[in-house]
Amino acid sequence: MARMLPKKDAVIIGLGWTGSILAQQLTDAGLNVVAIERGPWRDTSTDFNIAYMQDELRYAIRKDLFLKPSVEAMTMRNSLSQTALPMRDYGSFLPGDGVGGAGVHWNGHTWRFWESDFQIKTHLTQRYGAAKIKNLQLQDWGVTWNEIEPSFDTFEYLCGISGKAGNLKGQIQPGGNPFESPRGRDYPNPPMKMPYASTLFAEKMKELGYHPFPLPSANMSQAYVNPLGVRMGQCSYCGFCERFACGNYSKASAQTTILPVLMRKPNFELRTECEVLKVNLTPDGKHAKSVTYIDAHGVEYEQPGDIVVICAYALMNVRMMLLSRIGTQYDPVTGQGTVGRNYCYQTSAGARLFFEGKHFNPFIGAGSLGQTVDDFNGDAFDHSKLNFVGGGGISCSVTNGRPISNRPVLPGTPRWGAKWKQATAEGYNNSMGFGCEGSSYPVRENYLDLDPTYKDRHGRPLLRITFDFPDNDIAMSNYMSDQLEKMTKPFNAKFAGVSRLKKGWDSVPYQTTHNTGGAIMGSNPKTSAVNKYLQSWDVPNVFVIGASAFAHNAGMNPTGTVGALAFWAAQAITGQYIKNPGALVHA
Amino acid sequence: MRRFLLAAALAVLSMPAWAAGTDAGKYQVVLGDCEGCHGKNLAGGVVLQTPFGKMVAPNITPDKDTGIGNYSAGDFKLAMTRGLAPGGRPLYPAMPYPYYAHMSDAEITALWDYMRTVKPVKNSVHVNQLRFPYNMRVLMRGWNLLFFRPAPIAETGPSAEWNRGAYLVNGPAHCGACHSPKNAFGADKGPLTGAVLQGWFASDLTSDRNAGLGGWSIADIVDYLKTGRNAHSLASGPMAEAVENSTSRMTDADLKAIAVYLKDLPPSRGNGGPATGMEAQVKAGAVAYDITCAACHGRDGKGSALFPPLAGNAAVRQVRPDSIVRMVLAGGRAAATPGAPTGPGMPSFGWRLTDDQVSNILTYVRNNWGNQAPAISPETVGRIRSALHAGS
Repeated sequence: MARMLPKKDAVIIGLGWTGSILAQQLTDAGLNVVAIERGPWRDTSTDFNIAYMQDELRYAIRKDLFLKPSVEAMTMRNSLSQTALPMRDYGSFLPGDGVGGAGVHWNGHTWRFWESDFQIKTHLTQRYGAAKIKNLQLQDWGVTWNEIEPSFDTFEYLCGISGKAGNLKGQIQPGGNPFESPRGRDYPNPPMKMPYASTLFAEKMKELGYHPFPLPSANMSQAYVNPLGVRMGQCSYCGFCERFACGNYSKASAQTTILPVLMRKPNFELRTECEVLKVNLTPDGKHAKSVTYIDAHGVEYEQPGDIVVICAYALMNVRMMLLSRIGTQYDPVTGQGTVGRNYCYQTSAGARLFFEGKHFNPFIGAGSLGQTVDDFNGDAFDHSKLNFVGGGGISCSVTNGRPISNRPVLPGTPRWGAKWKQATAEGYNNSMGFGCEGSSYPVRENYLDLDPTYKDRHGRPLLRITFDFPDNDIAMSNYMSDQLEKMTKPFNAKFAGVSRLKKGWDSVPYQTTHNTGGAIMGSNPKTSAVNKYLQSWDVPNVFVIGASAFAHNAGMNPTGTVGALAFWAAQAITGQYIKNPGALVHA
Repeated sequence: MRRFLLAAALAVLSMPAWAAGTDAGKYQVVLGDCEGCHGKNLAGGVVLQTPFGKMVAPNITPDKDTGIGNYSAGDFKLAMTRGLAPGGRPLYPAMPYPYYAHMSDAEITALWDYMRTVKPVKNSVHVNQLRFPYNMRVLMRGWNLLFFRPAPIAETGPSAEWNRGAYLVNGPAHCGACHSPKNAFGADKGPLTGAVLQGWFASDLTSDRNAGLGGWSIADIVDYLKTGRNAHSLASGPMAEAVENSTSRMTDADLKAIAVYLKDLPPSRGNGGPATGMEAQVKAGAVAYDITCAACHGRDGKGSALFPPLAGNAAVRQVRPDSIVRMVLAGGRAAATPGAPTGPGMPSFGWRLTDDQVSNILTYVRNNWGNQAPAISPETVGRIRSALHAGS
């Protein structure tokens, strides 16, 4: 029997980005909050020691900061007809682990999804007609741009995002992204200083008539004090960002923006190395009364709470709902049910160029350092004569020149020996690349559920991912590859190669950790798991925060929108729910 | 959901009311930094490393069995101002009664009234873990005879503010307990010129321009004590605790009084001047500094909004380098206060830097950007490293 603990006002599952934001906002409103985190406590100077954080073997190759499959694995298959197998190692994506979650080792690309994303079905139907998107399960998010915009702003100022506004209250700003939706004010910090490759890219894109702008970055272009009074240092462009934690306090994370304030609060408590097994509902299944968790010694506890906020990673949010029977499992055959629906990923394409006599100095890098063009993102361009919808941002970012992983060589180079050594020496400073972060649109047969065979160390079914790149996204990605190819021309490179995406998602090579959907937000309880405030339609004292709420994935990194949704949901809880508990939307 | 609203209301009510003077006794706890040794709940258990062995701060909650629940007001006053427990048993001066002896009857009474309202906690503490012969309490009678001079502090200063500062520094705030050098018996000698304690060097607080507070304005001192940081430095180590538990919760008027008094202290004999004949060491240190330290502290030593400057930072120019060597070897964490909540940490470099490298880097830091201080030898670094390994 689990030991029963005293009740809290709110129980938060997971203390990553969203858990920290929710905990901060809920404790500010006076609630007694406990966060239960599966992984360890982690802090900058003690765990992200700048004296050894640049250990590429430990962090990037052996993935020291990531979730281990022995703790939680997932199974995957490409289609309903296949039998899913467990991923024995995380490859295609790398979930985070411990306090700060994936926000510890992210790169810091901080985008705002567009106004048209939040009403994507309405927008595309109006512009192209319903037939254009008949094979896609696109749907509006239930929240509008004007509602969510202030939450984007809050997140950007919390993080100290470095960037340049492109659309201030409808006025297009030179040097910014003209395709972004109107923002209330500029970024809190100026853009990062640009490396040579990105500068060259921006020049060539301008020549082609496109609109390059600095990639909005959670790396600090200068020292910053956020609205909570927490200070961050200037980025040193060390090139150890993604897969690493920042030892310099210069990448926004829960550790560098919220935790110094949150951890001091008397009405906040954190329990680390405690894994929540499930959310316990009342017998009618309409109210969450507690969560059951197991600590590092294997002792089980039951933690009651008035509100349960699920803030694990997107995929784990969905699994927690399914294990706890919150909402109904989505069925890809009938299209009924909501939990597991509209799982999406990200669809990428890339170009690599080789020159002679250049000095790109890729070791001057940062997670989010580069120039982007959005001329082919979302619905910024006319799709009426194209056989797809969607698009992606095309960025030339310089993240690193690390010795193990970053060894670009010309195609045809031997994989070892003197010729490889020579090519690697030539390629290091003579190569640059740019890539497309493409949208991923939902189709009926891509979804999440519980695996019928494989179980975790506690005997709970693993999450099963059924996914392949939809025809729409393959067409989109190949169109983007065409654009990338055209974009390489003005560089007059010695060699330029472009990747082309094919069917058959492979879970082994790293692609992106941008898993979205499965517990999507919306205005119809038949087609969404949570309402516009990320509140479960079925169990109104449960809120599910994260990219799990995305009704589709846009052609940009998700964290900015995840942060905005976290503040948006927190505002609904503190402003509406605690005054009048119950469903905030009546369908 | 009324419960939530109630919780919100309580959160507001629990704001530090004593700051407005409504709870004089609780404010005495702040001034005296009782929590620093006796713990947040005053139930004791904080270990003090002394040159004479280990002492553990006792439980001073009103618990009858393990705390001071059986004390009378008179017992309490004797303990605070004479260092005597009930029955005449002498306390060790790790309990800073030589400072508290300067507190007035009214202040002791207010503190006692507050102490009786503290939640009793059952926590038995083995206080005296000193080595022989220091573990013999009877020795303290002789110590008191030799070194203890209980008397009110004469109000001889140029202003009421100065007098208040003198009272706070030499009375309840017991700054000298750490910052004044000690004689062989652990009694103060020389006022506030800096002293080694628990493996740290508590800085020179006199007006010496190089090692002391001569380069700080009154506002700088107030900022530092209130938030744990100012333009020149960050509080870390035991001072970070003193800032968090005590000075950050003092009134602005009291902080200014402390600053006015400290600024008027006669300068110490300084730190012994610049390192001479150390060109090779400084040169090697410059290279190692750029590689190891400059990303945060800047090649110009000016730091940033987050990281403290090393240029013009008196903490790096103390006569004894124990704190900065320790900081490089073991790392440390700055104070986190409502005014400066970040509490940035310095990571440990001890595993990566040799004694030679640490001595080179720090000798460079102590003699660059206008800093002047004696060289640090590799042997000194080695001694401090051994002490850290020994867990002191």
